[in-house]
Amino acid sequence: MATQHSRSAACMMMAPAVVLLLGWMLVPLIMTLFFSFKKYLPLRGDSLSDGLEWVGFLNYERFISSGSFWPSVQTTLIIVLSVLIITVTLGVLLALLLDQPMWGQGVVRILVIAPFFVMPTVSALVWKNMFMDPINGILAHLWKFFGAEPVLWLSEASLPSIIIIVSWQWLPFATLILLTAIQSLDSEQLEASEIDGAPKLKRFWHIILPHLSRSITIVILIQTIFVLAVFAEIFVTTGGAFGTKTLTYLIFQRVLDSQNIGLGSAGGVYAIILANIVAIFLMRIVGKNLDA
Amino acid sequence: MARAVTNQRKAMNTFFAWALGLLIFFPILWTILTSFKTEAQAISDPPIFFFFDWTLENYKAVLERSDYAKFLWNSIFIAGGSTLLGIIIAVPAAWSMAFVPSKRTKDILLWMLSTKMLPAVGVLYPIYLICIELGVLDSRIALVFILMLINLPIIVWMLYTYFKEIPVDILEAARMDGASLRDEIIHVLTPMAIPGIASTVLLNVILAWNEAFWTLNLTAADAAPLTAFIASYSSPEGLFFAKLSAASTMAIAPILIMGWFSQKQLVRGLTFGAVK
Repeated sequence: MATQHSRSAACMMMAPAVVLLLGWMLVPLIMTLFFSFKKYLPLRGDSLSDGLEWVGFLNYERFISSGSFWPSVQTTLIIVLSVLIITVTLGVLLALLLDQPMWGQGVVRILVIAPFFVMPTVSALVWKNMFMDPINGILAHLWKFFGAEPVLWLSEASLPSIIIIVSWQWLPFATLILLTAIQSLDSEQLEASEIDGAPKLKRFWHIILPHLSRSITIVILIQTIFVLAVFAEIFVTTGGAFGTKTLTYLIFQRVLDSQNIGLGSAGGVYAIILANIVAIFLMRIVGKNLDA
Repeated sequence: MARAVTNQRKAMNTFFAWALGLLIFFPILWTILTSFKTEAQAISDPPIFFFFDWTLENYKAVLERSDYAKFLWNSIFIAGGSTLLGIIIAVPAAWSMAFVPSKRTKDILLWMLSTKMLPAVGVLYPIYLICIELGVLDSRIALVFILMLINLPIIVWMLYTYFKEIPVDILEAARMDGASLRDEIIHVLTPMAIPGIASTVLLNVILAWNEAFWTLNLTAADAAPLTAFIASYSSPEGLFFAKLSAASTMAIAPILIMGWFSQKQLVRGLTFGAVK
């Protein structure tokens, strides 16, 4: 049993981490909330020292009623959902394949995981120039090879382009986690079903997929949180043009480009609420796991 | 018993897995190959795969850009500094949670995790403003602190899951022998915790190295790391594919290598111990 002495020592040891994170969370959050109720346009002479005008929920109303709000929500949802569907489906298939006996498994694993370690600005730029460039990109060469007209990826198929880039970055994550989960599946159970003569598809549907369900949920939740916040990929490729303005990017533009802090902060509060809805589900799963 | 597999089946698996693996890896492979071409060969139609005049010109050109070393140093400083600071703060916290758990431990862990969910853009301006007020906008110190705070929950969680696996009996025995808390940490715990700490450091350096929201938004000329350096290539003039590739290869190579070593830890760290 822990003594009183070690208890208080434990509290002391936890204190720096807890205090720092508490400050990191609360201070900016309270400031964002504060600004969201104020008219704050630094470029038009508003400043903190002169005091800011209280405008109630005006910023919240204006952020929602602005012409770019709903399109940005739609763009965000399309990107998140598409990336999830692509990465989870391909991730399950890839994990199943990688779990099979083969030569050079370790090397293939390394090849598949690699994109996850590429910094977002690099992957965005490489895709934008060397693959999606309509004249010199690999995809343009490929299209021409088959006699098709090269696609103007980032202007005419901008949303699919972003989805391709982000999916490429996150497929390794999904695959890696699902592969880890598959490998923990009891092989005796699988063998038993094999001996019973259960067809492959049935085995996948009734044994493997249920076993993976928890890992799939975790992949979905974690990716949702990160993909909701996708930034560099858009910043580098389209700069929010051609219908690729996500909620994150819209808020970024309001705050740093047009310097409308009040409006941007109200948007920030919406983004925080959105992320929290996802986070609650993730925390439940992780919390349950902590008890086990 | 392993399932009996025919060689034919194994060959099929191998073929498909390698094909898909190479397809996924292709953008990286292509970047590395292009970095050794001349600018003219880099955009040649049809594309050249291996049979070009291998050259190191592009690397020389990128390295000769007077500021490359500065971007690299900033990346190393920010990723290394934030990791080091994070470890120093997280080790005691994770230690106490793992070995002196209380009723609140679980709540504290989950709460820490929840701070990670806060969308960065929601607090962009306050952080921006605080940096200006403190005079640390576009400074490495600010980014060291911010990236440390962003990754602190992951560091604490990872360390916690590793420390949890250290058998408590050993600590009890040390305590019986009259070891003080300090002795316990230095002589008993640390040697056993080193592998866990090492993997945590590895993953955290990777995450900090690749972070591209705060590094893009809070830096300009002085503190910009490689993420920003690469982003500066987004409005190109003239021929630049080969140089872009060389710069990209240099920016991702160290992390790719570190990443391959930390595959297993990655799963644990990024799922907060929920998948092992």
